[in-house]
Amino acid sequence: MIIAERKPLEEIRNMLAGYKRILVVGCGTCVTICWAGGEKEVGILSSQLRLASSKDGNELSVMEAVVERQCEKEMVLEELGDKVQEVEAILSMGCGAGVQTMAELFEEKPIFPALNTTFIGMPEKEGLWLEMCGACGDCFLDRTGGICPVVRCAKGLLNGPCGGTRKGGKCEIDPEKDCAWVLIYRRLEKQGRLALMRKYYEPKNYRVVKRPGKIEALEA
Amino acid sequence: MGGAKMARPFRETLKTKDFIVTAEAGPGKGSNTEKLVEHVELLKDRVDGLNVTDNQSAVMRYPSLGTCLLIKEHGGEPILQITCRDRNRLAIQADLLFAYSRGINNVLCLTGDAIDTGDHKEAKPVFDLDSVQLIHLVHTLNSGKDMVGNELDGGVDFCIGASATPSADPIEPQLLKFQKKLDAGMDFIQTQAVYDMDELKRFMENFHKMDNIDGVKILAGIVPIWGAKMARYMNENVPGIYVPQYLIDEIDQAPKGTKAAKGIEMAGRLIRQIKEEKICDGVHIMAIGREERVPAILEAAGI
Repeated sequence: MIIAERKPLEEIRNMLAGYKRILVVGCGTCVTICWAGGEKEVGILSSQLRLASSKDGNELSVMEAVVERQCEKEMVLEELGDKVQEVEAILSMGCGAGVQTMAELFEEKPIFPALNTTFIGMPEKEGLWLEMCGACGDCFLDRTGGICPVVRCAKGLLNGPCGGTRKGGKCEIDPEKDCAWVLIYRRLEKQGRLALMRKYYEPKNYRVVKRPGKIEALEA
Repeated sequence: MGGAKMARPFRETLKTKDFIVTAEAGPGKGSNTEKLVEHVELLKDRVDGLNVTDNQSAVMRYPSLGTCLLIKEHGGEPILQITCRDRNRLAIQADLLFAYSRGINNVLCLTGDAIDTGDHKEAKPVFDLDSVQLIHLVHTLNSGKDMVGNELDGGVDFCIGASATPSADPIEPQLLKFQKKLDAGMDFIQTQAVYDMDELKRFMENFHKMDNIDGVKILAGIVPIWGAKMARYMNENVPGIYVPQYLIDEIDQAPKGTKAAKGIEMAGRLIRQIKEEKICDGVHIMAIGREERVPAILEAAGI
């Protein structure tokens, strides 16, 4: 899933300066699960914006909405309907894909992002999300016991750990983080597949995904 | 300066000399090369190679390539460090062609310290290649082709080095990566700083059991310590360095005003032991800004 974090209130307020009627749009998928842009967060941010504006002596009308998947045009249109016509600007609490989907649909309205989209990851435990995938387009996980060195190694190394690994197998840049290559070593050892760590892996092919990425199904 | 005698090619030294000594030259921040040239002049005839760091600790400095040219101009034998942190595969190959065209024939292939350890923390880390891939790349250039198979008009013939970390914990993943470097083909290996001779001996035992080690020379990394505070700082902040407590205590107990002499004595003692017990093939001294003390360390080591 996509993990995001909300921007600081001040930054959001600066983006919205001058607008009097806005629509805050959350997303019911990834960013709901990571507590960044679901129904609850839309409610909290909307209240904060109203309160801060009235403190400053400004009236700000804030409408609220949540689209089940903000990155799907049909769902956005179905949920928002005519609401968009009533506002001057839209504040998206979706990921970057959600923001851009709405920007495409409502070209005449300014769209502002309330979140910083950070990574593809998973919930490790209540309130903790970890990066798991860099969407590199050339999956390497068959060689590394299902642990991605592209994003879980701070340097994205493909042929083993760097010399900066700390005592106990921790990462050079953060003593709290495990060295991905030590994790890979332990996993492969457990599976009796350490020969995979002896093999040389060529430099990554960055042309696998031509940026900006585009995938077309054959039977579309 | 002008008319300086040619230094012996490092590759030849590796093949013929019993105990090899290289020293690190750490460029400073800025275009003033006065101190650097002083260090080069002081060390060029005392060591077999001067090994120049590449934006060491991810701190932006005068470049490795420029410093290697200076060493060459002053009659020393430069070893060019190249890390994967700041350049992609195009830039690395171009730099290597330039280096070779100017008589810089030795390259040390490194991953590079993380951006986060340095002074430009907001920079984009490159790491287009890793150190093993970089070693393969230099071999490819040595074969007269670039990475994608195009013929080079004028080839290169680099003597290739890389690093290893005897103090790594756990050591096994490091050894597997080290093996890949050896498989790629190495001329020399310099280790990260070692302080514990038993640890170095264990590392050498492991090395002798590995494949593709014929003719590979191992230089033990020596980082002198000048005070307990510095040692503790390095343990906390410098990737790959672990100074044992008994050495921190030893320098701590030296009276004020004698710390430099103590540090020189301690580093000299390590080198002497490595040489006398033939633990490995030589040493690489990283004095980190105190290059002027290297001659005294060599004297203390009996070299």
